Amino acid sequence: MNQKSNIQLPEGSLGKQTTTLNLGPTHPATHGVFQNILEMDGEIIVDAVSTVGYIHRAFEKLAERRSYYQITTLTDRLNYCSSPINNMGWHMTVEKLIGAELPKRVEYLRVIIMELSRIADHLICNSVVGVDTGAATGFFYVFEFRELIYEIFEEICGSRLTTNIGRIGGLERNFSDIAFQKINHFLKTFPKAMEEFESLLNRNRIFMDRTIGAGAISAERALNYGFTGPNLRATGIDYDVRVAHPYSGYQDFDFSIPVGSVGDTYDRFLVRNGEIWQSLSIINQAMEKLKDHDPSVFHANLPDFYLPLKEDVYTKMEALIYHFKIVMGETELPVGEVYNAVEGGNGELGFYLISDGGRTPYRLHFRRPCFIYYQAFPEMVIGSMLSDAVVAMSSLNLIAGELDA
Amino acid sequence: MLTNEIIQQRLVEKFGEQVSNFIMHYDILTFETEKDNNLKVLSFLKDSQELGFTFLNDLTAVHYPNDKDRELMVVYMLQNIRAGIRIRMKIYTPISKPDVFTAVNIFSTANWLEREAYDFFGVNFVGHPNLIRIMNVDEMDYFPLRKEYQLEDQTRVDKDDDMFGR
Repeated sequence: MNQKSNIQLPEGSLGKQTTTLNLGPTHPATHGVFQNILEMDGEIIVDAVSTVGYIHRAFEKLAERRSYYQITTLTDRLNYCSSPINNMGWHMTVEKLIGAELPKRVEYLRVIIMELSRIADHLICNSVVGVDTGAATGFFYVFEFRELIYEIFEEICGSRLTTNIGRIGGLERNFSDIAFQKINHFLKTFPKAMEEFESLLNRNRIFMDRTIGAGAISAERALNYGFTGPNLRATGIDYDVRVAHPYSGYQDFDFSIPVGSVGDTYDRFLVRNGEIWQSLSIINQAMEKLKDHDPSVFHANLPDFYLPLKEDVYTKMEALIYHFKIVMGETELPVGEVYNAVEGGNGELGFYLISDGGRTPYRLHFRRPCFIYYQAFPEMVIGSMLSDAVVAMSSLNLIAGELDA
Repeated sequence: MLTNEIIQQRLVEKFGEQVSNFIMHYDILTFETEKDNNLKVLSFLKDSQELGFTFLNDLTAVHYPNDKDRELMVVYMLQNIRAGIRIRMKIYTPISKPDVFTAVNIFSTANWLEREAYDFFGVNFVGHPNLIRIMNVDEMDYFPLRKEYQLEDQTRVDKDDDMFGR
């Protein structure tokens, strides 16, 4: 009975006993380390408090001691389900600061990488929504294709999850023929699997009953809470950074923005599925566009900022000098403040960089989408069942690394 | 068609000398206002039909230790979703009395972002419903992103560390 003082019961109601339930910090339903303290009346949630910060690693402080090319590895560890998007977002922030123009081919290669990682990110989120509603089959099935995407990343940059892909001014190396073969193989085999995944869940009666109406939020509240990405689009607002503030040549592509209507778990699921199809179409268009460009270009001509190739460093004097200058922070950087945002896997990932011209940023702030929209979680689940809260949480695509920075 | 010139004009018409230092930082119009004036400007930008900055994109703080009585800066970034225009508003507060009115009642987004700014910089958001630390432990008695807390210099040579030689 001692928990009762937390909640206000209506006048004249019978005294009820509520239970405090800790969902997290380590719970299979959270898919990460964060805590929800739920006040339960039977199976109805009457109050909820979210606690974050369990894996805070002080990225913003660390960034003030690191030179620009060393910060890429910090961004890997934000949303680790789509690290390449974070890497590209950071490179583009610095390129915006120094005013660099990139060759079209580099931009398209980056678009391919970013859209592949968006597919991987959405696949994880949507298949996990399936798992949380009891359908593990789809999860195991689409993970084969996530594996194909990671093999492509491995071929491009050598690593899979925390990729550290690309450099300021371009990519660290050109795509190999094998990389293109792997991309083509993925583009050929994935659509069929995606159709099967959709036919498994999209019109599945059990799945629909579990997700429709669960964790809904109105468009107005979502805007007020700073929602971005698929979660905002599920409420019916067609805000997409790729269209509103085009970067990396997205203005050259023809794609649509899937939107939902009521902003519940089912809408978020459908919006992500729709975006996977759009991403596939963008990759196909990019592969087509690449044919018009010189296949040997993979970085801009920016000797002051682009880390030279290792074989050049060992054999050419200029490359050695530039390598030394970049690593030791001897290059002149402009003074200024710049904000650059990319459409990350789960929303607008922004980098607010203040440069005082020194080797390191004066201040770097990450606008982390899931940190901003997770604060709406109590409002979304109060009054619903515990099992609705679990599917609502997994459909929000919360990544603990990004939540806690 | 909303442009940066119109935004600046409307703000100056409404607030006169209370808004100042209009400058373009790359593609974003940035301006400064009195710190006690922040809520008036924010709600004007949000409620004005013509401007329509209904979306608080980001809120953070910056520490400038050498700026006397303007040591802490709070930055609000707003966006007009429909027109795709972002603007940035800055307010400055002395570090000895870092009191700033909270924007939670205008934008729910500000809730955790202000807690974060409090956690790292010690900006005291007056009127915030739950101003407690969000990332760091509750027992912490300093504000770690202030510039007086230096990380160790990675190029130092005075340290003898055979195990992790640097």
